[in-house]
Amino acid sequence: MRIVCPFCGERELGEFTYLGDAKPARPAADAGEDAVFDYVYLRDNVAGAMSEHWYHSGGCRAWLKVTRNTLTHEISAVEPAAGAGAAKVGA
Amino acid sequence: MVGGPQTHRLSNGGLIDRSAPLSFRFDGKTYVGFQGDTLASALVANGVKLVGRSFKYHRPRGILTAGSEEPNALVELRSGARREPNTKATTAELYEGLEVASQNRWPSLRHDFMAVNQLFAPIFVAGFYYKTFMWPAKFWEAIYEPAIRRAAGLGRAAGVADPDHYDKAWAHCDVLIAGSGPAGLAAALAAGRSGARIILCEEDFALGGRLLADGGTIDGRPAAEWISRTLAELGSMPDVRIMTRTTLFGVYDGGTYGAIERVNDHLPSPPEHQVRQRLWRIVAKRCVVAAGSIERPIVFAGNDTPGVMMASAMRTYVTRYAATPGKRIALFTNNEDGWRTVEAALGAGLQVAAVIDARPDVSPAHRSLASKSGFTVLHGSVSSVEGGKDGVRKIAVLLTGGARAEVEADGLAVSGGWNPAVGLTSYHRGRPKWRDDIAAFVPDGAPPGMVAVGAANGAFGLGACLREGFEAGAAAASDAGRNGNAGAAPVAEDEAFSLTPLWRVAGKGKAFVDQQHDITASDVELAQREGFESVEHLKRYTTLGMATDQGKTSNIAGLAIMAAVSGKSIPETGTTIYRPPYVPIAIGAFAGHHRDEAFHATRLTPSHHWAAEQGAVFVDTGLWKRAQWYPRAGEKDWLESVTREVKSVRGGVGFCDVSTLGKIDVHGADAGAFLDRVYINTFSNLAVGKARYGLMLREDGLVYDDGTTSRLAEDHYFLTTTTAKAGPVMQHLEFCRQVLFPELDVQLTSVSDQWAQFSIAGPKTRDVLKEIVDPAEDLSNEGFPFMGARKVALRGGIRARLFRISFSGEMAFEISVPARYGEALVRNLMQAGKQFGVTPYGTEALGVMRVEKGHVAGPELNGTTTASDLGLGKMMSTKKDFIGRVMAGREALIAPDRQVVVGIKPTDKVRRLRSGAHIIPKGQTPGPDNDQGYVTSVCFSPTLDQWIGLGLVERGRERIGEIVRAHDPLRGEEYDVELCNPVFYDPDGGRQRG
Repeated sequence: MRIVCPFCGERELGEFTYLGDAKPARPAADAGEDAVFDYVYLRDNVAGAMSEHWYHSGGCRAWLKVTRNTLTHEISAVEPAAGAGAAKVGA
Repeated sequence: MVGGPQTHRLSNGGLIDRSAPLSFRFDGKTYVGFQGDTLASALVANGVKLVGRSFKYHRPRGILTAGSEEPNALVELRSGARREPNTKATTAELYEGLEVASQNRWPSLRHDFMAVNQLFAPIFVAGFYYKTFMWPAKFWEAIYEPAIRRAAGLGRAAGVADPDHYDKAWAHCDVLIAGSGPAGLAAALAAGRSGARIILCEEDFALGGRLLADGGTIDGRPAAEWISRTLAELGSMPDVRIMTRTTLFGVYDGGTYGAIERVNDHLPSPPEHQVRQRLWRIVAKRCVVAAGSIERPIVFAGNDTPGVMMASAMRTYVTRYAATPGKRIALFTNNEDGWRTVEAALGAGLQVAAVIDARPDVSPAHRSLASKSGFTVLHGSVSSVEGGKDGVRKIAVLLTGGARAEVEADGLAVSGGWNPAVGLTSYHRGRPKWRDDIAAFVPDGAPPGMVAVGAANGAFGLGACLREGFEAGAAAASDAGRNGNAGAAPVAEDEAFSLTPLWRVAGKGKAFVDQQHDITASDVELAQREGFESVEHLKRYTTLGMATDQGKTSNIAGLAIMAAVSGKSIPETGTTIYRPPYVPIAIGAFAGHHRDEAFHATRLTPSHHWAAEQGAVFVDTGLWKRAQWYPRAGEKDWLESVTREVKSVRGGVGFCDVSTLGKIDVHGADAGAFLDRVYINTFSNLAVGKARYGLMLREDGLVYDDGTTSRLAEDHYFLTTTTAKAGPVMQHLEFCRQVLFPELDVQLTSVSDQWAQFSIAGPKTRDVLKEIVDPAEDLSNEGFPFMGARKVALRGGIRARLFRISFSGEMAFEISVPARYGEALVRNLMQAGKQFGVTPYGTEALGVMRVEKGHVAGPELNGTTTASDLGLGKMMSTKKDFIGRVMAGREALIAPDRQVVVGIKPTDKVRRLRSGAHIIPKGQTPGPDNDQGYVTSVCFSPTLDQWIGLGLVERGRERIGEIVRAHDPLRGEEYDVELCNPVFYDPDGGRQRG
C-alpha cells in the first residue's frame, strides 16, 4: 500500500503507523464518563470508506487523516491533522 | 571433456552452445550437457527418464513439463550448506560441476524400498491423515507423524546456515511487463516507443517465451529475427530495464509488485560480494501481464509414467534444446495445438507411432501428414499407459465406438488444451471467468492498473498475442502520461484453434490429477462422496493443488472432475482463491540482509566504546546495548561486581550512562499548558530552572510512562521518557499536539540522539563535578538545590545541561552534553574523578538502587497499573483536564482492594527473594482464589545486606508489617515475607537533598 503524505509525497506503507478510526472526537472536559467511555472504547466496524489516523513515523511525523476503503484498500483522500506541518508562526 | 555421449541429443539445431560442454553429476553419475541447457533438458539429452519418486506412493516419476509448473522433477541441487531441496529441474540452469541428487527414495532411485507404499494405497486415500491416525491422540506426535514424515516427503533442508547473501531492492517504473513472449515484447515495444519507463520481468534466462520453442513468422520474418530486432530496439531506449531470471510473484496494494531475481543461482556459488537472489518490490503505474498459459494434462491410468510429457514440453526439448525425450513417440491430444509436437518430432527425425485425437475429426492437412509420414491417427483416448521406471512401453487406446487398440512407443506427448496463467490477475481475490469457446478460465478484471494480454488473457494465436500486447503497451504508457508515437504493431497470423474438452479417461489403474501430491481421480470422487464438494473443501481434504507447484497443472483438472461427478458445470464449481507467491520464494530472500547481527539495528550509547574498553558486560534493552556491570579482576560473579558498584556510589561517587532515556524538547508559548494536558500533574506552574517528576496516563486511565521534565526557559521544557517508551511517547505527544490540541502553540523535537546524558551520584558528586564544570557555576546546595535544572558551561566552554535529580536516592546530578562529546565527557569524568574513587556503574546497580529507593520502573509500569496503584495517586491534579483523567475514575480502577506497590522482604534474612513469586495470606493453601499479588522486582540490597523487592499486593499499603507467604511454584519454593514500606533506603530523602 502507498500513502501520499501531503508533506513528503507518495510513500510506502512501511513508513507509516496505523492508529485507527479518526471519527471519534475527544469529548470536552465536562462531558462525563459515558461520553469518554464511548470515545475510548466504542468503534464502528466499517466495511467501505473509513477515515483513519495514520502517523508518518518514518517521515515527517505528521498525523494524517486517510480515507481508506477497508474492502479494497483504495485510498481516496489524505489530509494532514489540524496541527500537522510547519510551525504556526505568530499563532 | 568428461562423461559419455549425449545419447538423446540431436546433431544440430536448438538454442544451446555446443562449444560449451558442461559436466554435472546426478545421483553420483557424471553426465554432460551444454551451455543453454536446463538440468531437465540435459537429463533428457542423456536419456535419463527416471528423476524422482512421488510423494506418497514413491512411484517412479520423470519430467512432465519444461517450466515452473513442473510437479514431478524436483531435485536437490548442490551439497553441504548450499544444498537446496525441491528445486525444479525444469527451471534450474545447468552449470559446470552442478551436483544433483534425486529425492524421496531409499536406498536408491531405481530401487526404492518405500515403493511398497503402493501396496497400502487404500490407506493413503484422500483425508488419510484425518481417518487413519485419529486415535490414540498421543500416538500422533510420537509415532504416526515421524513415520509418515520419513515415508512421504520431499527433499532435505541443508540443516546449516545458508552461507549466501540475499538482497532486497525497490524499483519504480511507468509500465511493468510480466513475460517476454510475443505479447510481452510487443507491449514493451509499444510502451517504450511511447516514452514510458519500463521494467520487463522474464522467468527464463532467455527472452522470447514460447517463440523460443515454437518459432513462427512475424512481420514476414522468422520469429527469432523479430526477437533480436525487438531487443535491439528496446536496448536503444533510455529507460527500459529487462530482467531475466526474474519471476513476478505477487501483486500488492497501490501498484506494488513482488519479483524474485535469481541473480546467481546459475553459478556454482555467487561471485564474491554478490548476492544469490534479490527480492524486488516494484512500484508501477501500470502492469501488463503477458505471463502466457500452461498446457494442461488429461487424466488417465498411468499418466505419471516417466516418458509421459506435456506436448508443448516435448517440443520445447526437441526444438529449443535439441534433446529427444523418445525415439518413437505418440501424441494424445484433444486440440489442434498438440499436432505441432508431431510436426516438431518429425522435423527432428523422430518416429511418430500414432496420434490419438479425442476430437470427432482432424483436418485434411493432418491426415495427409499422417499418411505421408506413415503413422496412424486413432480417434479416441488413451485409457492407460504401460511402463515403469524405464519409461513408457505400451499405450492402450479406447477408440471412439468402443474398440480397443495398442500403440508401442517410448514417449507419449499429451495435450489437453491450455489454461491462461490467471494467478497474477487473481491475487486480489479476483475470480477468473469461464470461457466456453476455449474451455478455459480467463481473467475477469484485474487489480487496479493491471491488464492481462495474449495467452494469459485466452488469446492463443500468435497474431492475437502481438496485437493485444502492443495495444495494451501503448495504452499503459498513455495512462502513465507517456504519449509518444508507438508506430506500427508487429503482425502475424493466428493459428487454427479447435478443441474438444476432455479432462479424464476412465480406466483401470491409478490416474493422477495432482502428481506432486499423488492425488488421483478417485481421490476427487471420494471427496465428493464424502461431502467435500466445494473446491475449497476438495483442496484441503485431498491436498490437491497444495504442493510447491500450487497445482499449476492440476487445479483445473481437479475441479473439472469434481464438476463431472457432482453433476455441475465447471463455472458452477468455480476455482479456489489464488494467492501469491506464484513460485516458491526462499525465506532468505524475504529476510535479505536482515539476519544474524543485522536482524535489527543496534544502538550504541555514547560511552559504549569506552565501556567496552573497561570490559563492561552489555545487556540488550530494545535496540540498545547498555553496560550491565563492570567486572573487575578477582570478582567471582556479577553480584559481587554489582554490590561493589552500589557501595561505591552510596559511599563515594559513581556514574552511569542514561542516554537511552527518550528526550524531547517542548517549545512554544503554550508548552506548559500542553504538558498539563498530557501529564497527571501540573507543569505550567513549574519555575524556570526547576525539574519535576511527571506521570502520563493512557486515555483509558492506566499509567503510560513517567520521567522528569525540566523548564529551561519560559517557553522551553525538556522532557524525558523511559528507554522503552521513547518512540511511543513521541508518537503519542505528536498525536496530542496535532490531533487533539491543535490550538496550542507548541512544537516537539525528539532530541534523544542529540544528547549524551550521565547520572553522577553519591556524596562526592560535587567534588567530581567541580573538576568538570566551569568554576563560575554555583553547584552549592543553595545555588543549585535539589530538582534544580539549568544550562551550564563546562571547563573548556562546552555547553551542557545540568539537572539535580536522583534515581539512586543519593546526592546526584544528571549532566547532558551534545552526543558527540559523550565519550570525551566519560573519559574526563574518570580522569577528574580518580582522586575521589569515581566508579562507573551499570544498569544492574542502577536497578538495585532504584528498588532500595522504592522507585517504580518497567515491572510496575506494566500497562495494568493506575497512578494510585503505584502510590502516586496524589499527583493527579483535580484542577485541570488531562489525558486519562475521566477513565481513571472508573469503578474498578479506584476499587479499594486493588493490588498496589509495596515493599517485600523475606523474614529469613539469608533467603533469596525471587520475582514472580505469588503472595498468599499466611496459613492458606496457595491457589487462584487466595492469590493476592506477586513480586515484581527484586535485588540484593548491599545497604540492607539482604534480598528485598517490590510487589503488587492487594491492599498492600494498609498491610505494612504483615507477614505473608511468597509462593513460587516455578522454583518449588515457599517462604515467609514481610510487607513493608517500598522505600527501603533513606525514606526521608535527606541524602538526595543534601
